[in-house]
Amino acid sequence: MQDAHGAQGDPLTLNAALVGRTYPSTPAYVVGREKVREFATAIGDLNPAYHSVEAARALGYSDVVAPPTFAFVVAYAGSSQAAMDPELGLDYSRVVHGEQRFSYARPIVAGDSLIATATIEAIRSVAGNDIVTTRVELATEAGEPVVTTTTVIVSRGTAEDPS
Amino acid sequence: MSPITVGTLVPSQTFRVTRLDLVRYAGASGDFNLIHWNERFATSVGLPDVIAHGMFTMAEAARVVTDWIGDPGALEEYAVRFTRPVPVADDDRGSEIEVSGEVTEVLDNGRVKVMLTATYEGQKVLGNAVAIVRVA
Repeated sequence: MQDAHGAQGDPLTLNAALVGRTYPSTPAYVVGREKVREFATAIGDLNPAYHSVEAARALGYSDVVAPPTFAFVVAYAGSSQAAMDPELGLDYSRVVHGEQRFSYARPIVAGDSLIATATIEAIRSVAGNDIVTTRVELATEAGEPVVTTTTVIVSRGTAEDPS
Repeated sequence: MSPITVGTLVPSQTFRVTRLDLVRYAGASGDFNLIHWNERFATSVGLPDVIAHGMFTMAEAARVVTDWIGDPGALEEYAVRFTRPVPVADDDRGSEIEVSGEVTEVLDNGRVKVMLTATYEGQKVLGNAVAIVRVA
């Protein structure tokens, strides 16, 4: 992981002091069975584990399983807290999604009540682009870790040109 | 399934994405960014057309792995870089994302590393697309 300095020495326009900042956990996101089915349908995925409670139970889950990338939807309230922090100074209108990583302790299932806790992991500036890495820990309200998501966003052309 | 070793291929799939799919994904995911459904806006910011959500492409690419292993809960890690957008024209044909995978490493605890390749019109749209899955 890069540190807070521009990898190529570009001056940062973002507030590098925010690296390591952790935001307050979000209110619980309660994963609904129909929401899981809606999301699976939207990606065209007919995997029975996403749609049928019986099929999910046959695999050992308590209810329908959410497709892997659904974690991004649940984490979004957390990660946007960081990206939209006015102290960060990111021009959100110029932001594109650069990278996405997930690490699963277990899949999200319907009935989960998940809280998201976001931390800014890295801020850097490369070739005129501002790049922010945010990690979100998704855990149950009881504290069981479920998924860690890491999102890298790139704000194009917002860093100062190196002179 | 024959024994999984380095070089084992994950069956390829082609995923078609139309404007309707993007609208549906916007609704299901809550990502209503204009570049994914409003051509007027997308072209005004220099894009060739409306583009698919990166997370939509990531979701489709995951399907070759989860279809291969059956239990989606066997996926332990999944990571991609978004290297090139997938434009989606306003027609019934849409765009096709081709995804293939290959086991590149056998890890401990019955896990393997799968490298995924996702292309649109022959050009890669994801970089460093890696899945770690339990297969035993």
